[in-house]
Amino acid sequence: MAGKVLMAGNEAAAEGAVQAGCDAYFGYPITPQNEFAAYMARRMPELGRVFIQAESELAAISMVYGASAAGKRAITSSSSPGVSLKQEGISYIAASRLPAVVVNVQRGGPGLGNIGPSQGDYWQSTRGGGHGDYRSIVLAPASVQEMFDLTAKAFELADRYRMCAIVLADAYLGQMMEPLVLPDEPFPPPPPKPWALTGCEGREPQCIRSLYLGDGELEQHNYLLFETYRQAERDEPRWEAVAADDAEVVLVAYGTCARICREAVALGRQRGLRLGLIRPVTLWPFPSQAIALAAAGARGVLVVEMSMGQMAQDVRLALDGRRPVALLGRPAFVPEADEVCECAAALLKGTGL
Amino acid sequence: MKPLYERPDTLTHCLTHYCAGCGHGIVHRLLAEVIDELGIRGRTIGAAPVGCAVLAHQYLKVDMCEPAHGRTPEAIAAIKRVRPECVAFSYQGDGDLAAIGTAETLHVANRGEPITVFFVNNAVYGMTGGQMAPTTMLAQKTTTTPVGRNAGYHGHPMRVCELLATLDGPAYIERVALSSPDRIRDAKRAVRKGFLTQIERNAYALVEFLSPCPTYWRMSPLDALRFIEEEMTKIYPLGVFRDWETREA
Repeated sequence: MAGKVLMAGNEAAAEGAVQAGCDAYFGYPITPQNEFAAYMARRMPELGRVFIQAESELAAISMVYGASAAGKRAITSSSSPGVSLKQEGISYIAASRLPAVVVNVQRGGPGLGNIGPSQGDYWQSTRGGGHGDYRSIVLAPASVQEMFDLTAKAFELADRYRMCAIVLADAYLGQMMEPLVLPDEPFPPPPPKPWALTGCEGREPQCIRSLYLGDGELEQHNYLLFETYRQAERDEPRWEAVAADDAEVVLVAYGTCARICREAVALGRQRGLRLGLIRPVTLWPFPSQAIALAAAGARGVLVVEMSMGQMAQDVRLALDGRRPVALLGRPAFVPEADEVCECAAALLKGTGL
Repeated sequence: MKPLYERPDTLTHCLTHYCAGCGHGIVHRLLAEVIDELGIRGRTIGAAPVGCAVLAHQYLKVDMCEPAHGRTPEAIAAIKRVRPECVAFSYQGDGDLAAIGTAETLHVANRGEPITVFFVNNAVYGMTGGQMAPTTMLAQKTTTTPVGRNAGYHGHPMRVCELLATLDGPAYIERVALSSPDRIRDAKRAVRKGFLTQIERNAYALVEFLSPCPTYWRMSPLDALRFIEEEMTKIYPLGVFRDWETREA
């Protein structure tokens, strides 16, 4: 499959996984990501690859664990309540230093919530989410094109750092259709995985484990994990800047909210309000330096998110009190560009929000 | 001079962490002997449970992993799917297989995943200090059934082989015991058949071992063997519950 096509976000992400050389898909039905599994159910067997509909999210993520332990590229997709269940497996994957890709097409929460767009899983994704001291790489697409591109990229990053890479989308991004340009060149093959379980013919047996009972062994293992995370924090922050150089108010938003904010920047500038936007593409590692740099010349920062100030915490940490940070938080509702402009104007007037 | 008895290649020289009289060492040895005899050590991948046998990789010289508690069969089923040339087994206790992993156990069996499940039923949680397992016997005392398991209060002992035999997926299901040398020889035959069901038939097999836990049964090792023979086999009858050979015949 190549050229330009019209696709829904869920299917684009699935095709991104296929083209990146994903060997196995495991998942359990949940709205609003069902098109992902349906796409893989057809496409993976066609290519002689593995598709299993699991009996639960717990099972699906443990199948990802297994396939990855065997040295293969594996993915699971779900939405918020389902991703909560996957946290057990993600913790084991982190501890066992296994590459894995998890796509979360977020819906409203907490609990069963609704099936509309939300960004309420920011903390869950960027803070580890399961038990123990670990991180996952978190990629935030903002278009159907990026659903494809970043899902493919997630495999490369997961393999490079031997950790879980989460694609954090939302119901809008999963459901909406946009043109998608498919790459002409195939993706590079995965790196060699000498640690994988292949059967011990010709070498010593290997074990993929997360239990470290020896004296001091677990602490050393945790230090090793954090060396990896430090490297990712140095090399992997990604973001997009829109008119941020001369902005009086810098908007910070990801995913669907970033699309609204892009519109708000244009609308604001028509009204004489100099807005700019920093759109984090990686939520972990967070592009703190880019935000600090853009904010240095601005009077304030407005964080726009479909949650009540989850990413705003990271922005405040990035700025360390140097600029005021306001929040436009709409849990489980997409804010409008006009609303963003009004909030930014209010911030400039110093009336607070 | 031909040795009559020696350590299998698949078994490491490692001091055991298992208690005196525990059945895990016997099952490890049976697995190691059969893996040697079938010549499959280089292409075997195992999944250890969370429980006493979580350290099985210290004893078995094969590639192994250590999935989350109860997810063991799904992790190894996925390994088998992406590496069909390997021989894949899960090694699970009663808590892992029949409590926290019940859903995984049923669905892997129902899909007929071509893996071999070795199920060590010692009627108690060993690693956590002797709590009630799904397979704990009625009247059996554990730390969470201090006056004995009561059917009305705690539920009945769960028969895994019988449960799985209601499904169409499995090709071979057998329950054996480790209570005497004869029984152990028979258990070895079942281990071999469990592996061959996967290798020759590309089908699902489960072998359940009634296994002693003298420590948490609070018995001598000898009394524990008698308990298996005289009590456990009444609730968990030995035998074949599914066999592709007789089905085909």
